[in-house]
Amino acid sequence: MTFEKIIFYLFATILVLAAVRVITSRNPVHSALFLVLAFFSSSALWILIEAEFLAITLVLVYVGAVMVLFLFVVMMLNINVDVMREGFIKYLPIGVAVAIISAIEMGIVITGNFSGDKSPALVRKGADYSNTEAIGQVLYTEYLFAFEVAAVLLLVAIVAAISLTMRKRPNTRSQNPSSQVIVKKEDRLRVVKMDAEGKGS
Amino acid sequence: MITLADYLVVGAILFCLSLAGIFLNRKNVIILLMSIELMLLAVNMNFVAFSAFNQDIAGQVFVFFILTVAAAEAAIGLAILVVLYRSKQSINVDDMDSMKG
Repeated sequence: MTFEKIIFYLFATILVLAAVRVITSRNPVHSALFLVLAFFSSSALWILIEAEFLAITLVLVYVGAVMVLFLFVVMMLNINVDVMREGFIKYLPIGVAVAIISAIEMGIVITGNFSGDKSPALVRKGADYSNTEAIGQVLYTEYLFAFEVAAVLLLVAIVAAISLTMRKRPNTRSQNPSSQVIVKKEDRLRVVKMDAEGKGS
Repeated sequence: MITLADYLVVGAILFCLSLAGIFLNRKNVIILLMSIELMLLAVNMNFVAFSAFNQDIAGQVFVFFILTVAAAEAAIGLAILVVLYRSKQSINVDDMDSMKG
């Protein structure tokens, strides 16, 4: 067993264990943190086959943005964990059965078609090869239209997320600085003329 | 030597685990969203593995777009979740029956 293979099995084991904990842990915060661990391990697996750009993107975009958003929402909402666990035991047999059957089916197909000699050999690139450059070369030429559509999609997602969650609260006490600035003396101050009171009368 | 089958098996196990996660945590919308993220990760794993072993960079460009769509999906999904929590004070799937579907 080569060193490469040992590293692969190490990270694959961590990935699978983290994925198991994501779906079985009682606390949603723990699930989110184990999902972060799963993303880190899979990014290590991607680096092992020289997909460096996507590995870094996975860590930056997923762990840095999406999972922080998940943690933010999980911690903001007050979730009753015990109610959420209802049905976990009830659906455990069927869930595990479906998962195991589909895993066996996929395993048969994969090991029958891609293992051993049938696997295309992994060609290691030289030290001067840049994965980022190779992706950029095709991303900005062949896939330019798809790239721009993805940009529009992200814009739509921003607008949708903000418009969904923004709300006007009717009863908040807030200051309106512009109306505070334009107010004049006459609007607030009234001088009343009245006679001075006479002495002793 | 790592083979393509190693990566595909990891992807398949990950996919089956997230499938089981959708069955097991069917009351909790947050875990359901996390299972979907895990499922997309399994798909990305297959794309990257095929791309690397077949010397075709197109697979990695596709993973890039999947990451974009998944990020947008997570953002909107969580926004809907927050709106739902505000109106129902709960994220239980069983409470989402106001349309009597």
